[in-house]
Amino acid sequence: MAFDTDPRAEPVRLSDRVYAILALPAMAFFRLFEWPLRFLQRILGIGAMPYVFLFPNLAFFGIFVITPLILSIGFSVTGGTNLFLQDRPYVGAEQYGYLLECGNHLDPTTCREDRFWRAIYNTGTFVFFQVGFMVLFSLITALILNREIRGRGFFRAVFFFPVLLSPVVVALIWKWILLRDGVLNAALVSMGLERILFFVDPTWSMFWAIFVSVWAHMGFYTLILLAGLQAIPPDLYEAAEMDGTSKERVFWRITLPLLWPNMLVVIVLALIKAVQIFDEVFVLTGGGPGTATQFIVQYIYTTGFANQVQNFGLASAASVVLGVVLFALTIVQLAVTRRKDEG
Amino acid sequence: MTKQFRIALAAGVASAALTAGAAFAETELRMAWYNDGIEGEVMQDILDRFNADNPDINVVLDVLPYKAILESLPVQLAAGEGPDLARVTDLGGLSQYYMDLTPYISNPDYWRENFGPFLKWMQPVGAEPQISGFMTQLTVTGPYVNKTLFEQAGVAMPGENATWSDWAAASREVAEKLDIPIPMAWDRSGHRVAGPAISMGAGMFDADGGPALVDDGLKAMATMLYDWHQDGTMAKELWGSVSGSQYLGANEEFANAQTVLYMSGSWQIPQFAEKIGDAFDWWAVPAPCGPAACTGMPGGAALVALKTSEHPEEVGKLMDYLSSEEVLNEFYGRTLFIPGHLGLAKSGVDFQTEDPRAEHALLTFASAVPGISPIAFDLQGYVHNRVMFNALISRLGEAIVGELTLDQAFDRMTQDVEQQIAEKQREN
Repeated sequence: MAFDTDPRAEPVRLSDRVYAILALPAMAFFRLFEWPLRFLQRILGIGAMPYVFLFPNLAFFGIFVITPLILSIGFSVTGGTNLFLQDRPYVGAEQYGYLLECGNHLDPTTCREDRFWRAIYNTGTFVFFQVGFMVLFSLITALILNREIRGRGFFRAVFFFPVLLSPVVVALIWKWILLRDGVLNAALVSMGLERILFFVDPTWSMFWAIFVSVWAHMGFYTLILLAGLQAIPPDLYEAAEMDGTSKERVFWRITLPLLWPNMLVVIVLALIKAVQIFDEVFVLTGGGPGTATQFIVQYIYTTGFANQVQNFGLASAASVVLGVVLFALTIVQLAVTRRKDEG
Repeated sequence: MTKQFRIALAAGVASAALTAGAAFAETELRMAWYNDGIEGEVMQDILDRFNADNPDINVVLDVLPYKAILESLPVQLAAGEGPDLARVTDLGGLSQYYMDLTPYISNPDYWRENFGPFLKWMQPVGAEPQISGFMTQLTVTGPYVNKTLFEQAGVAMPGENATWSDWAAASREVAEKLDIPIPMAWDRSGHRVAGPAISMGAGMFDADGGPALVDDGLKAMATMLYDWHQDGTMAKELWGSVSGSQYLGANEEFANAQTVLYMSGSWQIPQFAEKIGDAFDWWAVPAPCGPAACTGMPGGAALVALKTSEHPEEVGKLMDYLSSEEVLNEFYGRTLFIPGHLGLAKSGVDFQTEDPRAEHALLTFASAVPGISPIAFDLQGYVHNRVMFNALISRLGEAIVGELTLDQAFDRMTQDVEQQIAEKQREN
């Protein structure tokens, strides 16, 4: 065999042989598709083949994203409590009118559907602080974990671990910590301090909703930023060091600009996830006290499912409004990315 | 092929055919259930006996969280899916999905005679009188007190015809003397507030029988509740710590002697008998009085047959068995539930408890039934009662935490009820 005698050829490792054997069934499996694909190509022509390959994904997207979206829009212009769209009376934009009618949009108590507007403002507050803190703490953690510190692997695992937990588990753990007789209050009392009823105070409730959410998801964003930091060529830092550049200047002039694509991904993902927040906060605070931590998705869920009169029309209208907001955020993200690429 | 092999093959085929035949003949009935205490266990014992006596029917008890019964079951039923039977508490709200059992039960007159007053709670609006199920428990709302704490504090328990203000003042005094964190706790539920509101003069309905939630009686009770949250008689943690109409109970707090008085209902008896036992004297007391009445709210859970069932005859047979006096006597007796069967209520259920506290509580709640206000019965049977309860509790909760003033909360309650009922009544 030629490669055995060729002195330049690298010796074949055992692992390569094992992988080659393991790949055989996979190759045999894919051979099964060869005939139908050749047949399709003969019928449709080679130009149509990309669409054939895209079809499974498009079908999945169509069934689970586009169809519900169209149904939501359909439900939002109907009324009543019937579950089947064809049996629901058409009401035009009435549901939107009910949602959006306000004496003063800055004061939810003047709005017809005051809870929707409170949910909007609560979501705005949550998104602003949660995304801000998420990006800030993820960046700080990534910068620390990128340095040569002892136990770096351990700390990376520790910060990532909460990401693996179910949101309900995360919320329950923190709920037990924060209750009247929880661990935190026990610690406060043992230090001679007053017990704090965290879930009765709107500010504390919002604080803990943000804190728990950042704690639970920070590891994921830290990992994205860490990957970005490790992709920055080290010779840039060496050159800066030789020039005697200060650490602050290195951060602002080298690290941050080169990390920006990853930062953008983190900001956009965190923003979209924050607008959609539901499960953690629902379990942690139940949306309370009052409606202080009731966010837009909980409002939709309550209106559509938890009330005795399940108002699918109003809930769908609120969903469409949420969809428009998310769409706008995505457009902004695309615009910023494009401008950055062109610049 | 040897002879032995042929015999074995024939035996195998015959047994497989028999097994398959039996499997095809068996009808499976699914019963959606939730538990307050041990009733699931008791029902399972009863169903095991039914299954053994009726090999052609297999009843499967699906125990679900109460929240699933309240929120998921209605969606399932609206979609035309669902179990054959379900244990529900929103008796009127789901009535459009109930099956009329009359053609499938052996003696409809027995049902009318023994379940008569409760059948109308399950009546679909505008439908002919029908039989859809029976009450697995009749409940009455009312307060429990920690009698031991009263004795330790040296405070006399308010007597007969005491008002809510009397009980609040006494509970506060006990809590202050013994450093108990919560003087008084109420379930976070509109249903729990309704009885005391009716006692204060709330009418709940207008002259035409339409809903009229907010009036002077309700305002008086709501204002008292609001004030108790501001002065610390009630803890904001319970009513203020969640949003909307979410239910929260204080049964754990009461069982741990963290509250002096707990406003809940008769369904807590089995749980307290088991959890508290003789750790302290927990005592059910008659519903406190207002200027108009001294009433709690009736209520309860019913086992209903659903239209989604494809086996109405088997469902009828099962319901005949479960509703029999003998089976219900066992069920109510073991679960310590107040009977929703008039014959048993009259003859007396053989309650299987030797706990004097449980016996006293059962007696207290059972003897409260004749004194329940007719308005309370009408409200319990009203198809949109949960709309009223939810509007009441969610808006009062928002007022208690300061998001709304009480007057704004009253306006919003009216608006919520009107909007939701209008939505429900939209014509196709």
